[in-house]
Amino acid sequence: MYGKNKITNQKDKIKNNKKQEMAYENFPHEADIGIRGIGKNIEEAFEEGAKAMFDVEVDIEKVKAIKKISVKCQAINIEELFIEWLNALLTQASLNEMVFSKFKVKIKKNEILKIEGEVFGEKLRKKHNIKDEVKGATYSQLKVFKKNNKYIAQCIVDV
Amino acid sequence: MDINKFKKINDYEWEIPKTAEMKVPGRIFASKKLVEDMDEKVWEQVSNVATLPGIQKASLAMADAHWGYGFPIGGVGAFSAEEGGVVSVGGVGFDGGCGIRTLRTNLTLKEVQPKIKQVVDTLFEIVPAGLGSRGKILLSDKDVDEVLKLGAKWIIEKGYGTEEDLKYIENNGVVKGADPKNVSDFALRREKRQVGTLGSGNHYLEIQYVSDIYDEKAAKVFGLTKDQILITIHCGSRALGHQIGTDYLKVLAEASRKYKIPIHERELVCAPINSPEGQRYFSAMCCALNYAYANRQVIVHLTRQGIKKVFPKAEIKTLYEITHNSAKKEKHKINNKIKEVIVHRKGSTRAFGPETKEIPSAYKSIGQPVLIGGTMGTSSYILHGTSEGGKAFFSACHGSGRAMSRTRAKKTWYGQKIVRELQEKGIYIKGHSMAGLAEEAPGAYKPVDDVVDSIHSAGLAKKVVKVKPIGNIKG
Repeated sequence: MYGKNKITNQKDKIKNNKKQEMAYENFPHEADIGIRGIGKNIEEAFEEGAKAMFDVEVDIEKVKAIKKISVKCQAINIEELFIEWLNALLTQASLNEMVFSKFKVKIKKNEILKIEGEVFGEKLRKKHNIKDEVKGATYSQLKVFKKNNKYIAQCIVDV
Repeated sequence: MDINKFKKINDYEWEIPKTAEMKVPGRIFASKKLVEDMDEKVWEQVSNVATLPGIQKASLAMADAHWGYGFPIGGVGAFSAEEGGVVSVGGVGFDGGCGIRTLRTNLTLKEVQPKIKQVVDTLFEIVPAGLGSRGKILLSDKDVDEVLKLGAKWIIEKGYGTEEDLKYIENNGVVKGADPKNVSDFALRREKRQVGTLGSGNHYLEIQYVSDIYDEKAAKVFGLTKDQILITIHCGSRALGHQIGTDYLKVLAEASRKYKIPIHERELVCAPINSPEGQRYFSAMCCALNYAYANRQVIVHLTRQGIKKVFPKAEIKTLYEITHNSAKKEKHKINNKIKEVIVHRKGSTRAFGPETKEIPSAYKSIGQPVLIGGTMGTSSYILHGTSEGGKAFFSACHGSGRAMSRTRAKKTWYGQKIVRELQEKGIYIKGHSMAGLAEEAPGAYKPVDDVVDSIHSAGLAKKVVKVKPIGNIKG
């Protein structure tokens, strides 16, 4: 699937020097929407995947990264960790009535995999161009893999 | 899909032959044309569901079936606890209790059409909708527990509706077995502010009129007449249901490993019905169902207030309410024995036939109303359940079913243009998201007439009336 779709480079003000290596995009699914993050390591792929998901909800370039929230999650394998990460973000966004645009992921590997993440955003407003509500990240089309020296994390989100 | 791969049972029933891994065959209720137009993924997903432990008779898909996650959308599967049967988030989705309420009024098309803009604008202000919207009621911790346990019953006791409403909600607005202890603190906190909100995506509130009557006798039983104004509300369990779905996806992924259940698509993770994990998920899912009943009831209350602002003498009664994302304990005749099963319907409407004890006495002679939502530019249908429906665990389709991805729909249509085109056809649309409107373009769906004709011809439910929209609020 990767390679067939054009990867859209997004303006990344925080890591502008890395914008050639990091990207996010949507891919089609008949009922819902596929989200995909690409980075030079898994952490970056997870960060970009989060951007792809919030870009389903709003135009994330319109979201200022002014408030920080800490997000923790864990899972027994890397793919389930990606889903836990995305769902933890949706929970925090909903509880805080926020939307996020900047993400920092640190993965700790012990017996289980853990994420200690920091996410940045602001209160959800009409100016963000509100689109679809994401109900949850699903195991459908879930893959975390390496291709051409890039890491890719993807799944279908239910809208 | 290649029709030649199927075993033809009749013109509206197509069998996916059982393989070594499948415990039962698959079966799709649709015309040849609709089956041919379906995504190959439907075959795969129906077949994967058929491999799950304890599945009964057949893994089913309705005429509106399309590629989902886990079960196809339009999928039905019944599982017996005694035979190791399972419950799965993939058979319900992330919006447990999503469904449709249809209200009938004493208003006519002639009265409402000239004021449709005023009606829609009023309801748009009154009914909260769209991402991040807040409800008008803030629930206390105790209230939250009561809503999850008692659903629409509790909300009506608080003054948001009538006892008569309750009679015409599936399960009388409350399912048993809902224990809030099985719902996470995150889910409870997310719920507090959202009761009485429409949501987004394909959720809507629509003002419609009865355009065609197919069965005069049944229409009379349902209290429907030509050109009568109906109001339909489509929404679900909001963030509470979403959080329950995501919480239990993880629990059931672990349970699938613990109980060594072979999973052919990851989203089908599940737990035996009688396991602690299965019991907890079922109980939490029942909480989502009850919350969805309560949520729609509050929207009904707000809708009544809005309509009465424009038409003070309007009488607005509940025709019926159904859910189309659920797992429910029901008794069905399987191999000549009555068995208790958990029927998963993911994008499928329960369609109980005549004389079923669960349906309101007023409808006993013809079966329950089966409410099928079309698109904002076409039409919707009201059917009635039949005695023949047992072959599909008394289930029918739920809508027209998507034929095009949201991504492609957004590239094909613009929200503003759709609003203009529909206005020219006499349908006034107001949406909270222009991108959302484009995704929900009528052209992105299968033709609802063909879908409903298939269900009618398959005998799963029979057409009573067709309704057409004159106004629609999209979430």
